[in-house]
Amino acid sequence: MKSIAQIVCEHPFFEGLDTEFCDLMCGCARNVRFNAGEYLFHQGDDADYLYLVRHGQVALELAVPGKAPVRFQTLHDGDVVGISWILPPYHWACDARAIGLTRAIAMDAHCLRNKCDQDPALGYAVLNRLLPILAGRLHATQMQILDVYGAPEGPAG
Amino acid sequence: MTSTDFWLPEPVRVLRRQQELETTWTLELEPGKAGGRPCIPGQFNMLYMFGVGEVPISISGDTSLAESLVHTIRAVGPVSRQLAALQPMATVGLRGPFGVGWPMAAAEGSDLLLVAGGLGLAPLRPAIYHVLNNRERYGRVLLLYGTRSPEDILFHDQLEEWSKLPDFEVHITVDHAGSDWQGKVGVVPALVPTLAFDPEDTVAMVCGPEVMMRFTASALRGAGVEDDAIFLSMERNMKCALGHCGHCQFGATFICKDGPVLSFDRVRGLLSLKEF
Repeated sequence: MKSIAQIVCEHPFFEGLDTEFCDLMCGCARNVRFNAGEYLFHQGDDADYLYLVRHGQVALELAVPGKAPVRFQTLHDGDVVGISWILPPYHWACDARAIGLTRAIAMDAHCLRNKCDQDPALGYAVLNRLLPILAGRLHATQMQILDVYGAPEGPAG
Repeated sequence: MTSTDFWLPEPVRVLRRQQELETTWTLELEPGKAGGRPCIPGQFNMLYMFGVGEVPISISGDTSLAESLVHTIRAVGPVSRQLAALQPMATVGLRGPFGVGWPMAAAEGSDLLLVAGGLGLAPLRPAIYHVLNNRERYGRVLLLYGTRSPEDILFHDQLEEWSKLPDFEVHITVDHAGSDWQGKVGVVPALVPTLAFDPEDTVAMVCGPEVMMRFTASALRGAGVEDDAIFLSMERNMKCALGHCGHCQFGATFICKDGPVLSFDRVRGLLSLKEF
């Protein structure tokens, strides 16, 4: 059976991270599981965790007044769920719900932030991993907003 | 056949019509003279609604079948709306086939990564038929399909059939969905880094809106696929289909006669040029 340290350090998010840093981070980690339909978090609540998905599928959803929630992204094995823990005021920006049985590592956000604050090199390494994810999600959102598959506006054959 | 034949629309009849999506129909046409000219996956025909106008429409059927020409049309403008509404036995003008298609011969022996966005699945479908008709010539096939919502999935039943084939993976993602959708949600380029494939032995064929193709090409490069192994089907404004009118000029390239399928190394620097 793998130790939690092994699981954390082998997760794509921490892959390649200095062993010393990785071990330090493991103190913030615990195994969690969510059944289909269970929420990892709700929009507006305190962003107290970073989730590293091991197996399963998590949907990010936004509540729209008067309409059913809109599912705008799904995250899968090896993905990171939850970015809001790194940015004040540390509140979730959307809902996250398990679509199927999902196993993940929950990293305590207070613990993570403390360790990153105490060791700027660790903080830099963590940010270096988070920023590409943030940028990727921003680009994806831009493309979704463009509604590129919709009917073209203006003259068309 | 004289060279002037390509300028003259030939009247052909609609054989069958099938609704695919709310605004999208597939028409099977009599092959006409074009039936005597072998089509290549990725090529297009000019379809003419007499008295209304002419539009380029990719071939979306099996190009090995000579008995009909299949086109999938989204009703978005005056010509395509009337084309899509045509009933069996109605007459339409046909010129073609035109253009350079997918590099099916050059891709033999390689794995194929096919990436389609929205209606972009239609021009890729002949390539898939070609692979299935010549299965031993190709390696693994990975088809990534992204579209707007679960209701907008084109050729839904066929995608399901293909996903059951050996060495044929189908990955579907939608931009938005309700909470009843159990599949993936997100943009199609984001699927590329999640796949296990050998970039050195893969030919990628991409078709969809230009923005989607730009991001997809970038993701493919990031995964290690060489620029000359990435092929995009460009769909800029084509009018004459013969490289004479200049409407579809793209740098030194004319999409209608040099494309619509072009390798990424040829168009990489031009993708930022806006179409007016």
